[in-house]
Amino acid sequence: MGLVPGLIKGLGVTGGTMLRTIFPDPKKPIPNPVKGAETVQYPHEKEAPPTRARGVIALHEENCTACMLCARECPDWCIYIEGHKEKAPPRRAGGKPRQVNALDRFDIDFALCMYCGICVEVCPFEALFWSPEYEFSEPRIADLLHDKSRLAEWMETVPEFEPYEAGSEAKVKKVPPT
Amino acid sequence: MTAISDRDQLSYIAAQAADARVNVELETEGMTLNIGPQHPATHGTLRIVAKLDGEQVIAADPIMGYMHRGYEKLAEVRTYPQVTTLINRIDWVGSFANEVPFVLAAEKLMEVEAPPRAAWIRTILFEMSRIANISLFLGDMGLQVGAVTPAFFAFRDREHVLNQIEAATGGRFHPNFDRIGGLKDDLPAGWITETKRAMKKMRNFCDEIEGLLQGNEIFEARCRGIGVIPADVGLSYGLSGANIRASGVDWDTRRDNPCGLVHNELDWKVWTHPDGDSFARFWVRLQEVRESTKMVDQLCDGLPSGPVMAKVPRIIKVPAGEAYVETENPLGVMGYYVVSKGDLTPYRVKIRSASFNNISITPWLLKGVYVPDIVTILGSLYFILGDIDR
Amino acid sequence: MTDVAILGELAYWQQTGIRVGAGLAAVLLVAGTLVYLHLFKLVSFMQSRLGPMEAGPFGSLQLLAEVGKFLQKEDIFPRKADRFVFAAAPFVVLMSTFLLVVVVPGGPDAWFINSEIGIYLAMAVSSVSVIGILMAGWGSASKYSLLGGLRATGQLIAYELPLILAVIGVVIQAETMNMQAIVRAQAEGEIFGWDGLGNPYILTQFVAFAIFMIAMQAELTQTPFDMPIAESELVTGYMTEYSGMRFLLFFIGEFATAGVFSAIASVLFLGGWWAPIPGLDFDDNIWNLLGPLVMVTKVVILTFLIFWFRFTFPRFREDQLQGLAWKFLIPLSLVNIAVTAVFKLAF
Repeated sequence: MGLVPGLIKGLGVTGGTMLRTIFPDPKKPIPNPVKGAETVQYPHEKEAPPTRARGVIALHEENCTACMLCARECPDWCIYIEGHKEKAPPRRAGGKPRQVNALDRFDIDFALCMYCGICVEVCPFEALFWSPEYEFSEPRIADLLHDKSRLAEWMETVPEFEPYEAGSEAKVKKVPPT
Repeated sequence: MTAISDRDQLSYIAAQAADARVNVELETEGMTLNIGPQHPATHGTLRIVAKLDGEQVIAADPIMGYMHRGYEKLAEVRTYPQVTTLINRIDWVGSFANEVPFVLAAEKLMEVEAPPRAAWIRTILFEMSRIANISLFLGDMGLQVGAVTPAFFAFRDREHVLNQIEAATGGRFHPNFDRIGGLKDDLPAGWITETKRAMKKMRNFCDEIEGLLQGNEIFEARCRGIGVIPADVGLSYGLSGANIRASGVDWDTRRDNPCGLVHNELDWKVWTHPDGDSFARFWVRLQEVRESTKMVDQLCDGLPSGPVMAKVPRIIKVPAGEAYVETENPLGVMGYYVVSKGDLTPYRVKIRSASFNNISITPWLLKGVYVPDIVTILGSLYFILGDIDR
Repeated sequence: MTDVAILGELAYWQQTGIRVGAGLAAVLLVAGTLVYLHLFKLVSFMQSRLGPMEAGPFGSLQLLAEVGKFLQKEDIFPRKADRFVFAAAPFVVLMSTFLLVVVVPGGPDAWFINSEIGIYLAMAVSSVSVIGILMAGWGSASKYSLLGGLRATGQLIAYELPLILAVIGVVIQAETMNMQAIVRAQAEGEIFGWDGLGNPYILTQFVAFAIFMIAMQAELTQTPFDMPIAESELVTGYMTEYSGMRFLLFFIGEFATAGVFSAIASVLFLGGWWAPIPGLDFDDNIWNLLGPLVMVTKVVILTFLIFWFRFTFPRFREDQLQGLAWKFLIPLSLVNIAVTAVFKLAF
């Protein structure tokens, strides 16, 4: 039990980390632990999540036809949709009025939501988008049910789709302008 | 990498025998200690009822099921994409690795093969989830034996890997990225360079852990010779993964039985250790993390171009049949036995999770050890409760 | 400076007031500084994080906030607990700390007692905390606490011996047990004829210093000797069932004891309150102001070592711990005493 080098090496690792935190810039011996620490002082500075981060779901109402696919595919059944059919004016003069689906109610209950993204993926008309916003916690659980207008507000925070890596054959989708 | 000396083993056995003799002579009654579902040592809600005599364990019984969520039953009423969201949460630290065997089994039934680019990206994310999982183990093992600092280093450096997983899939812990026929989406631009940078940081982390824990004499004194699992006993209990490789068994599903992943096109090595004690399990996992970082580098360099999704119908109906696929997940061998009757939902999904078998050896292993060794042994076997209980 | 003159003319109750105040400050303020500096800040830097930053500038008032938090907590007694034993245990532990601090001198005239058996008294009194820990472990009526208390008793008794034997080497070299005289002997000593630095005993008694630091780490139940607390097995060992103010007393007691033991170590090995400042005599009055500051600096350095070890190393198992004390430290300290005695005789 007389071997000590391993213990000294361990001390070296922690001591080295401490020095690197206090003096982050190796050239200047000015103590600046706020910059040297790896942690982010949350309310004062915030890390930006990646573009694809699944924060909250936004709704682009013009594209939605109340087809109910997202509500059906949701594993938690947290999307509540109500719609009705109404007659819209014909596209060309002299044509007959066409039937459109109008959306009455589109609520997502984010207290139940698993943030899995199946609804966004399954929507055939590209009406749902992911936004990396994560700071929407509420003191009351009932306020986590976001209605149509609130979901439309999230559209402003939806970032543009990123270009893909080299060698990819996928096409970059576009976010519709609000 | 030396084997435990016979002298050390004999002196440990002699100390235990002496203690047992004293306990018999003093005729002390056994004390039942409930290392209950809420405890800092057990990684989650595992309950171990230990009968102690002084500081020695006479018998120990693990009682699991406190986190049973009924995944196998739930999977019978979920469509295939919805099952993927469920099974992400089985082994919540090695996130992506849970989805892979299930999707491979479904692809086997549908007779669909994912395009090569999808298979390579799957392997990259698979190895990255291994790195995220095992680096947590490396920090946590230090915590179990008393050193608090390695845990902080582990969380600090794991962030880089998790950030990369989030940049590609959108979720750090539950990526939900694998689809039958390929992947949900392709990688964003700049991901490969960032991932290589993250791998370099992980290699630095491995070196730090080696200096801080592995070479530490106190750590060696706590772990060498503790919880020795002979190879035949381990195999008979169904141990898998690093636990059995640390007992000298050269078995790795990635090399021996690959299915859909591209490990056979890479240049890598399976690490084993002859001792079978807690130190060996720690050592093997440390080497595996290093090996995984090198594998991810090779994969990033050789990524083929092409589509990431094969032609599959929009509504997935898997034809009738049954398929079983096993992969070498971070915790061990994980397999999914999918029985389908041609519906939208599977008829039965049986999940063979690694940790369930890994802790089945604890009653045999914990007989006669000291109380502090319970924690060392459980820490070195490394299980995640979600994996045991599903 | 007229401090001494003033003190000589004060009434008895005023002197007592100053002494009680100084004693409380020596224990509590030092403990608070150590908690903030080491536990909150330096250790956080070792782990690449910043520690508490919100309460006060750079988190300096965090300990005050914690004291406030503990004060307003419910005082919980386990149902089967032995009420008197459970309640008295933290006070016994804290009492031993206060008893220890009386022997430490802070300056040529700034001392509480100047006993001829200073260090001997300190060693005797430090064993009182063992009773407190055993009371806590037994009185909690919980198997975890009992295990922790029993482990603690075995460990603390085992490590008392190397502590005392290490000190004997210093006593032989200084030829006295009086703490003030030990400081004087180091201040007025010479290293091979050169008296620029005095003769701090760490140079000749380096083995005893190492043994003292290791034994001190074990006496404070800090990692790598924190089996009694063993957070990953026993939750907090003998302190598990304590909440609120009583837990705070244990917590403060732990850090205050660390400070006081380091103060004793700095007196024995590093020269105490004296520093080689040129132009100042040993009996100058200014040492009554500078001495405590020098002591605090040395205490901070020594406690930094303690906490550095605490947060780097894993913990020993109980039998390995006992083996280290009985089979390694005690023989080594006996050898140290023999060698010191030989050198004292010969030179």
